[in-house]
Amino acid sequence: MGYDPKNPMEGRITDLGPRKYDNFLPPVIKNNKGKWLYHEILEPGVLVHVSETGDEVYTIRVGSARLISIEHIRELCDIADKHCGGYLRFTTRNNVEFMVDSKGKVAPLIADLKSRGNKFPVGGTGACVTNPVHTQGWVHCHTPATDASGPVKAVMDDLFEYFGSMTLPAQVRIALACCLNMCGAVHASDIAILGVHRMPPMIDHEKISGVCELPLAIAACPLGAVKPAKAEVNGQEIKSVKVNAERCMFCGNCYTMCPAMPLADPDGDGIAILVGGKVSNSRSAPKFSKLVIPFLPNTPPRWPETTEVVKRILVTYAKHAKKYERLGEWAERIGWEKWFELCEIPFTDKSIDDYRLAYDTWRTTTQFKYTSHIK
Amino acid sequence: MSKHDTPLLDELEKGPWPSFVTDMKRQAAKKPECWDILGQLELSFKDRITHWKHGGIVGVFGYGGGIVGRYSDVPDKFPGVAHFHTVRINQPASKYYSTENLRALCALWEKYGSGMTNMHGSTGDMILLGTRTENLEPLFWDLTHDLGQDLGGSGSNLRTPSCCLGESRCEWACYDTQETCYHLTMHYQDEIHRPAFPYKFKFKFSGCPNDCVASIARSDIAVIGTWKDDIRIDQAAVKEYIAGKYPANAGAHAGRDWGKFDIQKEVIALCPTGCMSMNGDKLVIDNAECTRCMHCLNVMPRALRPGLEKGASICVGAKAPILDGAQFATLVVPFMKVSADNEFEELIDFIEKVWDWWMEVGKNRERVGETMQRIGLPTFLNVMEIDPLPQHVKEPRSNPYVFWKEEEVGGWDRDIKEFRKRNAM
Repeated sequence: MGYDPKNPMEGRITDLGPRKYDNFLPPVIKNNKGKWLYHEILEPGVLVHVSETGDEVYTIRVGSARLISIEHIRELCDIADKHCGGYLRFTTRNNVEFMVDSKGKVAPLIADLKSRGNKFPVGGTGACVTNPVHTQGWVHCHTPATDASGPVKAVMDDLFEYFGSMTLPAQVRIALACCLNMCGAVHASDIAILGVHRMPPMIDHEKISGVCELPLAIAACPLGAVKPAKAEVNGQEIKSVKVNAERCMFCGNCYTMCPAMPLADPDGDGIAILVGGKVSNSRSAPKFSKLVIPFLPNTPPRWPETTEVVKRILVTYAKHAKKYERLGEWAERIGWEKWFELCEIPFTDKSIDDYRLAYDTWRTTTQFKYTSHIK
Repeated sequence: MSKHDTPLLDELEKGPWPSFVTDMKRQAAKKPECWDILGQLELSFKDRITHWKHGGIVGVFGYGGGIVGRYSDVPDKFPGVAHFHTVRINQPASKYYSTENLRALCALWEKYGSGMTNMHGSTGDMILLGTRTENLEPLFWDLTHDLGQDLGGSGSNLRTPSCCLGESRCEWACYDTQETCYHLTMHYQDEIHRPAFPYKFKFKFSGCPNDCVASIARSDIAVIGTWKDDIRIDQAAVKEYIAGKYPANAGAHAGRDWGKFDIQKEVIALCPTGCMSMNGDKLVIDNAECTRCMHCLNVMPRALRPGLEKGASICVGAKAPILDGAQFATLVVPFMKVSADNEFEELIDFIEKVWDWWMEVGKNRERVGETMQRIGLPTFLNVMEIDPLPQHVKEPRSNPYVFWKEEEVGGWDRDIKEFRKRNAM
């Protein structure tokens, strides 16, 4: 018996929740849960965890595009069946981890992975650029200001050597969110690639009354730029809204609430770069990413302006930062004026906050460095 | 559905990083609607704009979330993606899978969907990407009856909780993140499936202050493992690090020659509180000064371990910038025992107190962190019946505009006439 559309509620099961995690733990993991003593990265992408029982688990981490097919997942399963007793896991950053319970099983697994073209790059550990967290972009989202999988692929092609090596001063977390909603939580990343709009919403007066609750559209604007207004459609006066474009900060929240207020545009939309965020509490407190480049154009298929600047920031960081220093810690040590100079990124008024809590970011000391910015 | 020319996307088949384009073409051999995904995406690459319409409310009976509706704005050109709804499936804690389960999920998605997925969405769900409205109920039937699995959250509800891998494979986990995540997910099935909140609400569980699920940056309640007593030191292992016999930072820096390990420079000098020193060849930690940042443990995992009195810090109110700007979660409970022994009673009480208040005073589409900002941390602490602590702030306020309450002042009733008798104008 399957679903019966004539009796949709009959036999229905709800609120099962997820399957319990312990159905899915490899035996070596299950047996040693809570008993791990220490770990070590043996080579890029290969970790060993040692238990107080003497057991060891070897983890081989591989990158993935996140946007993956069931054919790809089945191939992951084939590999896990062959080498890992039928278990695998995914990481928060969309990597895949294959685990084996002895050292002898590592080399055959890696050889197998490497024999399958470039589908399973080994790496993503330690002082590296690991897999970027990212969003849907043009492949599935209705509000994006840029694509997600495309720019991520282009950026990672360019930074590939840093995925499979551990040469950086610390880990570098790159993330992409395709609009200001930031489903990708890029606001605390070492390097954040963010889709931004720059044109105020258009108003589709013909459609607005059918698809919007006007008070919600008006209330959606954090700056009060959306106001009730009358409009004329086919000679009839209708209730609609108007937008004070000078007040618009292009957040897109009105479009989220009202489909008749689209703001996406091929030339208006593009990418902003924010840097210096971190999540971990290690050494310094978690930090937000800061806006250093307000706009780069959308240039599919390979977004050369974005890939170039991301690599430039990474290479400059690799050259100048001290061991253990995250990108944001480095920028704060040398001062942001020095950071802009070293990275050869022009400083513009767009990097000076004029939104809420802006004053916290203004400099209220006579301590500064003389950089080329001061003529 | 036939193949479309995709000269722009074909460029993304080049280069060393795995190509989603190559993968999707491979899938198209079995699921021809993937040609239309590629076709529409190629059109977006050409037009530099999305071709998905706004929204569309679809779902399964009895649930208010878990499916995100999506329709193409060029369905005539790409009928295979005319409907392209997303199905969010609640992932198992820490994203461990058996291949048996993954293959069953693949078979389900081959039967009812496009064959494309996200492993995983940012919140943690397994995302099945692209199906038609008429497939939703049959898919849900098979998912629940045959696989024993369920949808995750979307909309103004409790979003699918997620956790780091915790004790399953990490020596730093200070509580069982998997069990906590699983228990609370099961406890709050109604809140996950039936939106009743002002806006979305997220829990995330990290086992230590390294916070591998970024809970402090993106969850309304972040449960971050920590400890109360002294860092456990193995002095023999410290000597091995100093001698260069154990790799510093667990080998994370092995790709570059950073010179010989220098405990003074790499550990003691980088301690944010300066609470470490060497006494001869012994490492000394003034634990009363330690803020448990994890740096020294990260650098010397074989020598230093969290203490034995473990629990979690509870932080509230993180969110991405829409609308008032990004917020990290604010420390509210410095230390809480998090234990399956009492079915997480203390944590559950805390969560429900936050919800009671937020559901009462939160505005439509206001995250709890924004409500806290609007109404103020002192009021929030008062509602939560939590005594104010210096740990709640980075520094005391620098303005004197205190919202005194009448009872704190001993009453506000005064008589201007009496006042004028003493103080002429």
